[in-house]
Amino acid sequence: MGVIDRRLPDNKLTEVIDKVVNWARASSLWPMTFGLACCAIEMMAAGASRFDFDRFGVIFRATPRQSDVMIVAGTLTLKMAPVLRKVYDQMPEPRWVISMGSCANSGGIYKTYHVVQGVDKIVPVDVYVPGCPPRPEGLMYGVIRLQEKIFQMKVLRR
Amino acid sequence: MAVKEEQQFKELMAKGTSLGKVDEDIMRETIRTQDYWINMGPQHPSTHGVLRLILSLQGERIVDTEVVIGYLHRGTEKLAEARTYHQIIPLTDRLDYLASPAMNFGYVLAVEKLMEIEVPERAEYIRVMMAELARISSHLLWLATHALDIGAMTVFLYCFREREMVLDLFEMATGGRLITSYYRIGGVAHDLPDGFLDKVKEFCEIFPKRVQDYDDLLYANRIWLSRTVNVAKISAEKGLALGLSGPSIRGSGVNWDLRRANPYSVYDKLDFEVAVFDGCDVYARYLVRRKEMLESCKIVKQCAEYLEKTSGPVMAKVPKVLKPPVGEVYMATEAPKGELAYYIVSDGSQRPYRLKIRTPSFANLIALPEMVKGHLVADVIAAIGSIDIVLGEVDR
Repeated sequence: MGVIDRRLPDNKLTEVIDKVVNWARASSLWPMTFGLACCAIEMMAAGASRFDFDRFGVIFRATPRQSDVMIVAGTLTLKMAPVLRKVYDQMPEPRWVISMGSCANSGGIYKTYHVVQGVDKIVPVDVYVPGCPPRPEGLMYGVIRLQEKIFQMKVLRR
Repeated sequence: MAVKEEQQFKELMAKGTSLGKVDEDIMRETIRTQDYWINMGPQHPSTHGVLRLILSLQGERIVDTEVVIGYLHRGTEKLAEARTYHQIIPLTDRLDYLASPAMNFGYVLAVEKLMEIEVPERAEYIRVMMAELARISSHLLWLATHALDIGAMTVFLYCFREREMVLDLFEMATGGRLITSYYRIGGVAHDLPDGFLDKVKEFCEIFPKRVQDYDDLLYANRIWLSRTVNVAKISAEKGLALGLSGPSIRGSGVNWDLRRANPYSVYDKLDFEVAVFDGCDVYARYLVRRKEMLESCKIVKQCAEYLEKTSGPVMAKVPKVLKPPVGEVYMATEAPKGELAYYIVSDGSQRPYRLKIRTPSFANLIALPEMVKGHLVADVIAAIGSIDIVLGEVDR
């Protein structure tokens, strides 16, 4: 929100504006398809016929410049880590990160020489979805939790 | 440099491209080009994971392709050296996560061959059924994403509808949707639940009709044909020399399917056709996988009929602590993507001394630069889709 970002006093008007802005942000979370491994398949399944992510206003975008949330789905390796960071830096603010699956959360079963033990070492993570891989319902729950988090945010208010 | 460019240009002109021969004079006069490189991936929605390609271009034509892999190298083979034979099964699941039962299958067969374990016939049939269901699920996902990459969104939604049916079957039998870990050395984890076979038969009834749905959308679709026919051609000789296997080589007219050529498990008792088409292009590979789905459906049906009639143990008598004899074994199976082989070196301890996995995607990927030479950048997407790679398998 530029120069007025979190600088205005907390009153009825700013509260209402905050609510409207948060509602807008939470209702159209466009994630970037950052499919790395197995979890990406469940992420695709979440977007496809049965689970239908569009109901939540979640539409997958192929470019970081159009997206609000990055779903890191899969194992992050040392070779991929700089790319992840670069893509994250390309996303416009406000931006959020969902870490999907055990590998992204903590390295999972891959405690080896080439696997980053958790994406939170590279980018700040908002929601962790456990599972190997998590079911599409799990990812949906993660997105709903993120929406709840966004509703708590202050936009204009100090 | 100029001499090299000139030579490349001439070669390209002589060869002709997917759009047919272009008049050299017109091209030379109207388009002044120089070599440049573009970077495709590793973050790209159509590379089926984290594949990176460095394309060397002249105009929009590809002169050379460099494939960069290793973005999903998880060290599976190294991890396996520190695990007991049973503990390796979950690692094999995550190689080709689109068809994890098929990945388990090759591994348990290799260990059984090494230890000379006799597996009960019922278990063999259950395994084959699961592996073929996995083949259907894998090919469905391939068709979904391949069509999506080329621009047909509806196919994606249709394919995932049927894929969910297969995943429901997996969930019913194994508890996992994607990663099943159902196979054990000497059999399967447990017998099938009640009502499972009815569901399988129901699926086998519905599925061929649904394939008709995809055909309506793609089979004779003009856009689909113009994007796939005569694109990314590879001859049988070249394909064999590069080590292609699975649907990718069967699309070039080579009748090579390990289920037939070197039958393992109970495949020699089952009736199915090997899908072979000799178009050598993306469309031929599409036809191969399309037919394979229907043939797999037939196999699943036969297995379900056998399993309904019989009962018995699903697990051989296997010691709790596995200590295979000193030696080595190579076991190749026909995974959905091609020839999947496990090479195990045992030193007589509880853990393998070395586990080498010959994954089909890795070998098939080598053919990509050959396939896309002289094509447009957009055809690379079609070519990647047609060899059906999974990066979990390529990088291991």
